[in-house]
Amino acid sequence: MIKSLLQKKKFFSEVTASEKRAWESFYRNRWQHDKEVRSTHGVNCTGSCSWKIFVKKGIVTWEIQQTDYPQNRPGLPNHEPRGCPRGASYSWYLYNSGRVKHPMIRHELLEAYQQQKTLLHDPVLAWEAVMNDPAASLRYKERRGLGGFLRLDWDLAQEIISAANIYTIKKFGPDRLVGFTPIPAFSMVSYASGTRYLSLIGGTVLSFYDFYCDLPPASPQTWGEQTDVPESADWYNSSFIMLWGSNVPVTRTPDSPFLTQVRYKGTKVVTISSDYSDASKFADIWLNPKQGTDSALGMAMGHVILKEFFVDKTTPYFDSYVKKYSDLPFLVKLEPCENGYRTGMMLRASDFPDHLGITQNAEWYPVLLDEADGGMVIPNGCIGSRWNNEGKWNLRNEDLRTGKAYTPLLSVMDRKSDVAAVSFPYFGGEEYKNPHFNTSDHTEVQVRNVPVIKCRTEEGEVLCATVYDIMLAHYGVERGLDDPQTARSYNDNIPYTPKWQEQITGVAAESVITIARQFAETAAKTEGKSMIIIGAGVNQWYNTDMTYRAAMNLLILCGTIGQSGGGWAHYVGQEKVRPQSGWATLAFASDWVRPPRHMNTTSYFYMHSDQWRYEKVKVDSLVSPLYKKDEWSKLTLLDCNIKSQRMGWLPASPEFDRNPLQLCKEAAANQMDVPSYVTSKLHSGELNLASEDLDDTKNCPKNLFIWRANLIGSSAKGVEYFMKHLLGAQNSVFGKELKEMDEPLPLYQKWHDEGAKGKLDLVVTIDYRMTTSSLHSDIVLPAATWYEKNDISSTDMHPFLHPFSKAVDPVWESRTDWEIFKGISAKFSELCKGHLGVEKDVIMQPLMHDSPGEISEPLFVDDWKESGNRPEPGRNMGKLIVVERDYPNTYKRFTSLGPLLKQAGITGKGITWRSDEEYEFLKHLNGTIQSEGSTHGMPAMESDLQAIETILTLAPESNGVTSRKAWKALEKPTGLDLKHLTEEGGDTQIRYDDLVQQPRRVLNSPIWSGIESHEVNYTSNYTNVHELIPWRTVTGRQSIYQDHPWMRAFGEGLVCYKPPLSKQEINNVKERLHITDNTLTLNLITPHNKWTIHSSWSDNLLMLTLGRGGPVIWISEADAAKIDIQDNDWVEVFNDNGTASCRAIVSQRIPEGALIMYHNQERTVNVPLSNITGNRGGIHNSISRLCLKPTHMIGGYAQLSYGLNYYGTIGANRDEFVIIRKCASVLWGDEDSNDRKESAK
Amino acid sequence: MKIQAQIAMVLSLDKCIGCHTCSVTCKNVWTSRKGMEYVWFNNVETKPGPGYPVEWENQERYKGGWTMRKKRLELLQGSNMSILSSIFANPHMPEIKDYYEPYTFDFSKLTGTKRFRTAPSARPYSLITGKRMEKIEYGPNWEDNLGGKFEERKKDPNLKELDTKGYEEFEKSFMFYVPRLCEHCLNPACAASCPSGAIYKREEDGIVLINQDKCRGWRECVSACPYKKVYFNWERKKSEKCTFCYPLIENGKPTVCSESCVGRIRYIGVLFYDADSIKEYAATENDRQLYEKQLELILDPNDPAVVKLAGEQGISYQVIKAAQDSPVYKMMKRWKVAFPLHPEYRTMPMVWYIPPMSPVLQQKEVTEDFFGAVNDMRIPVDYLAKMMTAGDEEPIRKALAKLLAMRQYMREVTVEKNENPSIEAALGLDRSDYEAMYRYLAIANYKDRFVIPTAPTHSEDADFANLRAGLGYDYPGKTDEGRNLFGGR
Repeated sequence: MIKSLLQKKKFFSEVTASEKRAWESFYRNRWQHDKEVRSTHGVNCTGSCSWKIFVKKGIVTWEIQQTDYPQNRPGLPNHEPRGCPRGASYSWYLYNSGRVKHPMIRHELLEAYQQQKTLLHDPVLAWEAVMNDPAASLRYKERRGLGGFLRLDWDLAQEIISAANIYTIKKFGPDRLVGFTPIPAFSMVSYASGTRYLSLIGGTVLSFYDFYCDLPPASPQTWGEQTDVPESADWYNSSFIMLWGSNVPVTRTPDSPFLTQVRYKGTKVVTISSDYSDASKFADIWLNPKQGTDSALGMAMGHVILKEFFVDKTTPYFDSYVKKYSDLPFLVKLEPCENGYRTGMMLRASDFPDHLGITQNAEWYPVLLDEADGGMVIPNGCIGSRWNNEGKWNLRNEDLRTGKAYTPLLSVMDRKSDVAAVSFPYFGGEEYKNPHFNTSDHTEVQVRNVPVIKCRTEEGEVLCATVYDIMLAHYGVERGLDDPQTARSYNDNIPYTPKWQEQITGVAAESVITIARQFAETAAKTEGKSMIIIGAGVNQWYNTDMTYRAAMNLLILCGTIGQSGGGWAHYVGQEKVRPQSGWATLAFASDWVRPPRHMNTTSYFYMHSDQWRYEKVKVDSLVSPLYKKDEWSKLTLLDCNIKSQRMGWLPASPEFDRNPLQLCKEAAANQMDVPSYVTSKLHSGELNLASEDLDDTKNCPKNLFIWRANLIGSSAKGVEYFMKHLLGAQNSVFGKELKEMDEPLPLYQKWHDEGAKGKLDLVVTIDYRMTTSSLHSDIVLPAATWYEKNDISSTDMHPFLHPFSKAVDPVWESRTDWEIFKGISAKFSELCKGHLGVEKDVIMQPLMHDSPGEISEPLFVDDWKESGNRPEPGRNMGKLIVVERDYPNTYKRFTSLGPLLKQAGITGKGITWRSDEEYEFLKHLNGTIQSEGSTHGMPAMESDLQAIETILTLAPESNGVTSRKAWKALEKPTGLDLKHLTEEGGDTQIRYDDLVQQPRRVLNSPIWSGIESHEVNYTSNYTNVHELIPWRTVTGRQSIYQDHPWMRAFGEGLVCYKPPLSKQEINNVKERLHITDNTLTLNLITPHNKWTIHSSWSDNLLMLTLGRGGPVIWISEADAAKIDIQDNDWVEVFNDNGTASCRAIVSQRIPEGALIMYHNQERTVNVPLSNITGNRGGIHNSISRLCLKPTHMIGGYAQLSYGLNYYGTIGANRDEFVIIRKCASVLWGDEDSNDRKESAK
Repeated sequence: MKIQAQIAMVLSLDKCIGCHTCSVTCKNVWTSRKGMEYVWFNNVETKPGPGYPVEWENQERYKGGWTMRKKRLELLQGSNMSILSSIFANPHMPEIKDYYEPYTFDFSKLTGTKRFRTAPSARPYSLITGKRMEKIEYGPNWEDNLGGKFEERKKDPNLKELDTKGYEEFEKSFMFYVPRLCEHCLNPACAASCPSGAIYKREEDGIVLINQDKCRGWRECVSACPYKKVYFNWERKKSEKCTFCYPLIENGKPTVCSESCVGRIRYIGVLFYDADSIKEYAATENDRQLYEKQLELILDPNDPAVVKLAGEQGISYQVIKAAQDSPVYKMMKRWKVAFPLHPEYRTMPMVWYIPPMSPVLQQKEVTEDFFGAVNDMRIPVDYLAKMMTAGDEEPIRKALAKLLAMRQYMREVTVEKNENPSIEAALGLDRSDYEAMYRYLAIANYKDRFVIPTAPTHSEDADFANLRAGLGYDYPGKTDEGRNLFGGR
């Protein structure tokens, strides 16, 4: 062969030009393709990126980003090419061997059903018979998760699902049906498909944002806004950015260029991250406080800014900003307490004998003083103005009564009548010690001097101080009041100085001082262009509110909120459904029935997966030392939640311990209206909330739908409890129950010694992947992938609407979500005849945010069951609303746009406008229903495309005509002229085909607090600051002080430092499990993964290859050395909640004391058996558990009011401690023929 | 002087977010097929770390690139004769374990009818042998984000001879990402090593290709390439490498890796070089002078003499214009902020890198001098110099200082509202340079990032009319077979 080579004229080539190059077609042919389609990825990532999907011979071959976004203004980088490696590897999913190709059912269930069907012929009766046979139920429930699926045809799948739904509605009530699907923005129509079906039949729709712990409750607390944030392009307008617990390159991959590039504009970047994160690489300064202690850092920065920019000198921009836009000038009453005073409620018009002339809702008019003459002012813009609809709900500095202009008096220092000693709770000392975090040597009550004035009120003379004065004292800022408890120097070790925080966070005081100073200086020079990008790293702790409010205070003090390039940029699971109101109409079927049944998921699963039975955190350990603990000590966290539900603060699901259809029948039989009947039965104790007896099987959820989600394998915090109680499946719950621990049982809960197991009768998952949810379902339906359907997506990160458009038809037997639920609704309608007809259903709706209900709770907490008062729907309990369900016409209603829209219009954020024009328009655009029956002549909504057009037509963000109406509707309560905000939108109507041509920029809408124009990028709170539309809070301003009794009781009236929660999930667990190995106890944190979006892509071959091919956990070099863990060793981590198995990555960038298990790595790939249980190892959620926070249960109190995903309990997950050890053996289970024991290397 | 055009790339490591989108889109299009599973024409490495394949920069082990032997430029792996003598047993060839054994998982287990005692989990098996893999031990990106103990990552050859004391400490952590593709060198060692003469550098754009018809799979190119960017397709038994996406480039489109670059770090443009001087410059004795020499080789496209000569030598007006607008030229030659990777390999690589800034390494406190100085940054300059300038720290220091100066300049404008900020003369840049740097690095519009002429249009003898009508119809005996738009046959 060498010879033949040598015979060639030339074998070693020089650089040449004259090659024969026909072969070059080899690579050229690969590149050639037949079709490019614009689509995107429907996943919870906030990306909403535009992609080109390449099709060759009918096969999707690859994808690459589009680069044709509408251009930004000159001087601002454009958006292309948004994307990330996860999106880029999506096409792998279409054809891989794990794809769900056909409907599937658990073998044992099909057998039992078919047996009964043969006997009884009627599907509903057959299902009933299976349910009434405990042995048959047990047989299929205990096989959940253990394989053994059979292929099913679509018709039978729909039949079994419908039969189960009908039986459940009939027997237990529609509220026992429940659906989980998150984040509508990432595929709005797919989300809406299932929720529309459930809302028509009365099922429960679960929240997700709060459950995911992505909701920062501090946002509604402070602004009355769920979470409104700047688009990422606005980062580019900033001059100083702090990234706080946010890892932008990983979690906001497509947006990161706005961060990396703005550095060149001279913008300073600081990252605050406990590990050396991807984002830290791009910083000028990296600060690494100990994880979970960030609020201490924030308090100290606040101390510096207050001292240098408010007390030592007045910074004119800051001064005028806080007076106008924050509650700092408002007056707070001081209450006598043990050591003098503590802070109380805000001073309100209702405190004065004549209510200061306010005749209605005087409790909701807080007051302040005029700088000019010290006179009392009732400012425009308070929440009372909003619902009294007097045209004064605006932020003009005018006295409501006279219209006279005033300047708010920030401090009473120069007008003080006295100085009062005010006590503040302090949680950083020994009393509140979490053993894994440092404490300081300070007592639990800190007393400080505050200048006060005396006010004559109905209750006599009271001392009052401004929020500002109280805040300065609380931050320990010295201001000449001869108070030894305030700081003379930053080096004084008193809360909350830079020196003080050093012992808690480990960050040098000097660094804190410099950074705070530069942050504020930049804001002062640029009128607010300092920004904090904040994220899960600090949000997902139990005491998130403290870190967030500490950061928000910096932003408010520096006048950054509402300013382009400034403000609070929270990006955790926050995805803006831009056409929100149009979408919600369709999604919750409010064109047919109002209201839908919404439920806050954290409370729901805390209750129904029986996690409360294992609770070790006691309420009195959380209560402020200034409040009597004994009144709280008898309550458990569960009790607090039940109280909250009773008072209409949070929703309940199921609602009552009786079928709501039955309740309506009973009321009729008793010739009473339903609300009166229900109220009287509640009052007499004959009727109870279902929550008061959670382990009674009639009060449990029965049928669960999961779609666009991996509830079990990804979202479920405390997944082992889900396994045990909801599914009845294999689990690794190690903790003891309350009774075994000799702990007091919940006061308001009927205790069963045996918690219910396998509560759910039917679990249906709709997916194209075989996730843990799919594996544990009874029926799995094959969903179309994102390249096989039409839909729309949007995000808060950019202002565009994006389409999904079908590149190829759904392969195998898969179908789109819309088609699937449409099919189920058709079968349901057919089968319900003879079982369900037109029925009355009663819904208990909580006191909703942005509705008059938000000012219905009085100024004291009235738990009627405790106080003996009558429950009054809409006052001290939820509203009772009777709706009619036309069960046999479910399909007809699903596929048409209902008449309620025409009659009642659309309400979004408390603003209502008519939509009859749009309704008529849709008849032309979509065509009308031709078939005879109740929906004849109505706009058709049979296809996904018709659903998209309906959303786009109804939403102000995509329809200029609607936008004008919505803004006009807001002019009435505000008395403001807002017409100019509609000018850019004009008569624009965005349609689906427009989006397919090019993503389109949305129009301005009063649903959102920012606007989009040629001059400004979208930034939150913009219209509050620049258009004087009030915040949706008690004062109408940004709320630094929270005066609700429960907020004060838990010490959160003002922000303070709280250490991570001590959950005690590792106590004695080694002994109980007889583990004697060498172990370490570490803090487990679970940030977002570089190679997945939650669990999506955790089974994608490309991402697995770039990761390490399956689940891993990161450990510091120092900790690894302590128990001899080498890189890539198999390890097991466990605590009371369960156990997880994976390999270790040893790395220097992880701080000692922490373990990072990036979520979510599914156990469906490369997870061995647990050494403890001998069953399949768990995931990060196997070692977590929900723990509710009572302040998140408050309701009926302006900004502290419930809304789906808006306010409510959160699923905090970073306060977990776990034990780690090397695996002694690595076994894989009996499914592998070549299974063998091997020792861990 | 022979002027030739080179399509070249700049990657700003300062903007790279390490997302690997470039790698994934590239792999989807070019290397996801059988025989190529382990191949990443484009990969991204976290530095410091050993890379992919492991320790690719260790030429004592792989013998890639060129060396000076008795004042003569020679392949490090030896003369042509010695290559032929070891053709069946090349001791310097990377093995599959040096890349990683590619795998997939038995996902179908999850959907099947089989019943299990405990929940199933898909396990890996080798895509080469089809056999079960008990444990995944390596991958193309094993050390991502500083994964692995420092002792392991210390295998990074760039750390050799450096004082790494304390580098392993948490507080002193530093990292950056390096995306890598074929360098499309001016002096390609792969081409020189190929016994089949299958590797050539295209005259019109400098793209280096392996003729898949001529390749016999000897794999000498695999070891001769010091960047380990030639791979062996074990299914087809031929070597393959990054093609600079010529099917796209010919149409004026950027490469897949560049178009998909989320961080917008990639720039593509034309460079002119003097082809007659390559061998002479590559034979510069002192390693540390090679960077400067490589710069010298690149001609100024705005120099009237160069323009005239280029025209005379058949380079079209459009290509000259593209060279004048080239973002690559501005960065590597005008501003000198982009550097070649390992100029000491003497292949004259044509992919350039802007070094990354990094957070100040504060021992105790943050100073008011916020941007810090080059010497305060936590990525050691000597480390960057080992990668980009054969150890000469001065050019790196200057480049970083220019980036800082641009930031300072812009902060003066944006925060201090000073329209005429003062400029430090020592860096050799004027106001227009800072503004242009800002435009290219910060605003970085698509049209500024990618300035790519379409294939030459003035080829006198091209039969465009027939091509237009017949392109894509391939059949035996077709008269224009072997002929293409790009000047060759």
